Amino acid sequence: MSGQLSHGPAAVPGAITATHAPARGRWWLQYASPQAFYGPAGVLASLLLPLSAVLAAAGLYVGFLIAPTDAQQGEAYRIIFVHVPAAWLSMVIYAAMAFWSAVGLVANTRLSAMMAGALAPTGALFTFLALWTGALWGKPTWGAWWVWDARLTSELLLLFLYLGFIALQAAIDEPRRADRAGAVLALVGTVNLPIIYFSVKWWNTLHQGASVSVASAPTIATPMLLGMLVMALAMWAYAAAAALVRLRCIILEREGQSAWVARVARGGAA
Amino acid sequence: MIWLSFEEFIAMGGYGTYVWGSVLVTGGALALELVLLSRRKRSALLAAAQASRRRQA
Repeated sequence: MSGQLSHGPAAVPGAITATHAPARGRWWLQYASPQAFYGPAGVLASLLLPLSAVLAAAGLYVGFLIAPTDAQQGEAYRIIFVHVPAAWLSMVIYAAMAFWSAVGLVANTRLSAMMAGALAPTGALFTFLALWTGALWGKPTWGAWWVWDARLTSELLLLFLYLGFIALQAAIDEPRRADRAGAVLALVGTVNLPIIYFSVKWWNTLHQGASVSVASAPTIATPMLLGMLVMALAMWAYAAAAALVRLRCIILEREGQSAWVARVARGGAA
Repeated sequence: MIWLSFEEFIAMGGYGTYVWGSVLVTGGALALELVLLSRRKRSALLAAAQASRRRQA
């Protein structure tokens, strides 16, 4: 990062920055700079957010007005339309966070670490929602809000991993060190993802097995499946939008001393 | 449409508290996150504008 931008944290040798002219076919590397990605992130978020609202409306319509009553669980099963997508997202967001952490560690790009940090609170929120809706589903079907079952326990561990990541990043003053420490924690925590996913197979759990898997035909009725998938897409779009908005906040906070942020803050373009 | 009346829809076969407790808390939490994010963005922009004015002063 050369002269005009470097009021912020000092440039790290070898970092991929916007000021190197990217080779042909690597044009996208220019977006590895926080300044360059600030605008596109805003555009993406403003497209994803309405998309998420439309998908959520469609998913809730299918799930609550079209999908039939479940033969075993009655109407209580309709929690599936928020519970399963939230639980999927809690894992997908963690995988994305670990991915950007790894990119940040390997390529030493500041934006990747910021992206990981931007994903964490949204991931923690989805994990909380998976646990919350799970408790509300467990009570009428199992008779208990909570059991120390492998699936539930590993999902709770996921929440602690998110919170640990957030706390660790917040506890270290120097942003680049905080990024690296958080990235290592995020990567170590990925061990938990297959444990959550396969917990219902590996252990004898109270939690029901997967209704949908890539390896076999779904075991639930079509409108139920459709409602669940559309809700998952809605939450996916939402999570991406929220993370991008948070990324923009992080960029503004970290680059607050730079000339371009001053221009943006005073009403100019990035 | 599988419901015969609005009351029946709200009751969710007796599971209304659990079903709506899931849906409303999820929607509310996501909406709250967006509100907090927009406030965070506003204060980040405000802080940057103040810092820039201080530098010029």
